[in-house]
Amino acid sequence: MIQCKDLKKSYGENEVLKEVSFTIGEGQIFGLLGPSGAGKTTLIKILTGQLVYDAGTVTVMGKEPGRLNGKEKRCFGIMMDSFGVYERFSCGENLAVFADLYGIPHKRIPKMLEEVGLEGAYHRSASDLSKGMRARLQLARAFMNTPKILFLDEPTSGLDPQSMKAIHRIILEKKAAGCTIFLTTHNMEEATKLCDHIVLLNEGRIVESGRPEEICRRYDHHKKIKLHLNDGEDIEYERNGDTAEEIFALLKAGSVETIHSTEPTLESVFLELTGRDLEEER
Amino acid sequence: MHNIFVIMKKQFRDTLKNKTILVQFLMFPMLTLVMENAIHIKDMPEHFFVKLFAVMFIGMAPLTAATAILSEEKEKNTLRVLMMADMKPWQYLTGVGSYIWLICMAGAGVMASCIETSGRLFFLGMMGIGIAISIVAGACIGIFSKNQMMATSLQMPCMMIFSFAPMLAMFNEDIRRISDIFYTQQLKCVFDQMSLDGFGTNGAMIVCVNAVICVIMFAVAYRKKGLE
Ligand SMILES: Nc1ncnc2c1ncn2[C@@H]1O[C@H](COP(=O)(O)OP(=O)(O)OP(=O)(O)O)[C@@H](O)[C@H]1O
Ligand SMILES: [Mg+2]
Repeated sequence: MIQCKDLKKSYGENEVLKEVSFTIGEGQIFGLLGPSGAGKTTLIKILTGQLVYDAGTVTVMGKEPGRLNGKEKRCFGIMMDSFGVYERFSCGENLAVFADLYGIPHKRIPKMLEEVGLEGAYHRSASDLSKGMRARLQLARAFMNTPKILFLDEPTSGLDPQSMKAIHRIILEKKAAGCTIFLTTHNMEEATKLCDHIVLLNEGRIVESGRPEEICRRYDHHKKIKLHLNDGEDIEYERNGDTAEEIFALLKAGSVETIHSTEPTLESVFLELTGRDLEEER
Repeated sequence: MHNIFVIMKKQFRDTLKNKTILVQFLMFPMLTLVMENAIHIKDMPEHFFVKLFAVMFIGMAPLTAATAILSEEKEKNTLRVLMMADMKPWQYLTGVGSYIWLICMAGAGVMASCIETSGRLFFLGMMGIGIAISIVAGACIGIFSKNQMMATSLQMPCMMIFSFAPMLAMFNEDIRRISDIFYTQQLKCVFDQMSLDGFGTNGAMIVCVNAVICVIMFAVAYRKKGLE
């Protein structure tokens, strides 16, 4: 669906993307992870033809993004936090503008709002929406034309866990309906939960890619088991046959409060690869 | 064509909610109605208020509206969303322009109701030309400005000159000499006589030159900035 090879982009002196390559298959959720300033938004802008790039090849639905015609662009659903809504309009009116553009009958608008959990907000003015509701309104707008590819730029950043969950559910629904989804985030948990394939981007360079579990397993060099005992003591054991007896004895004696293996999370993999924390300097 | 209507529809809907623009559209037509009917002073030129307010309306409402609409849509990035939904820049601009023109002409219609039937068509024709020039001037500023702040600060002096110079010119010869080079002053002369004779020797020329300058500036701004 989307191919990208040796993509480069600079803003003046500042090289923002350096030889970025990846392929996204149809029906996948592709996660682009990276700290602030990594170049995630820039990449989305390039893929959707809003920005020209300097070198490399990019194809979206078999074409260079800049050459996509209007009809093909209508297969995109895009949600970026910079994309505003009409503040003076109600939610319903906001969607109505785009329903008119796409030639969709207005009577389907309440259904669209319902889909993103905004059923009561048809007449609510967009300026009065909470952050989570606004994000959902933007999602509803991105879904309106039943897109083949969805580009979601940090759809859940700064939202409460409940709104976040609601949005995750919607995204998975869209995947089930056959949508290809390009998602950027700095939330590791979100990426692990949703994505089929993820790419870790740091300072414009891809530092790792693969399935989320696969990446974690690949960086599992410690291979330890951590125990927290009832008396407050923490013990680490090597994760191999030799320690099994000791752990078994502790377990049997009932003195173990918690037990964990030390597989890395995406978070710690990222930290290891870059020496940078994903969530810092947001 | 469809897209143009979508934009016009959206703007008409917005008119009632956007108080600042609504006031611009209503103020002068309403003032004209009230003043023409309420104030009758001996020796005052016939339809003094219609002629005065018509010119101020031309210089103010379309200019402010065009600037405000374009700069707001740029700043809020809703224009981007429209473009991604296959709206072409010319369709968008045509839509906004037609909307402003139509609504200002409705205001002009209200003003026209105060003058004799015979002069109405001529009056509306001249208003139509003046409003169109103002829209292009406003669009220039809207396209050129990065955000609403910048748009307002650029549009304010233009609006002042176009709309107030002809009024001040009635009392001051120096201002008169300067304001002569603006289309609003020339249109004021035409309205004073209610015939094209008001243009004098090169009035029509000046209006044309004004229009051409606005169009060229618009083209330059558009080439340079696009609709981003
Ligand atoms: N219009 C621009 N002009 C110059 N530099 C830019 C521009 N847009 C982005 N950049 C630079 O490009 C780099 C990447 O920005 P980008 O917005 O893609 O980051 P991001 O990964 O989306 O970050 P965030 O997580 O904060 O959204 C940053 O260093 C930024 O300063
Ligand atoms: Mg970003």
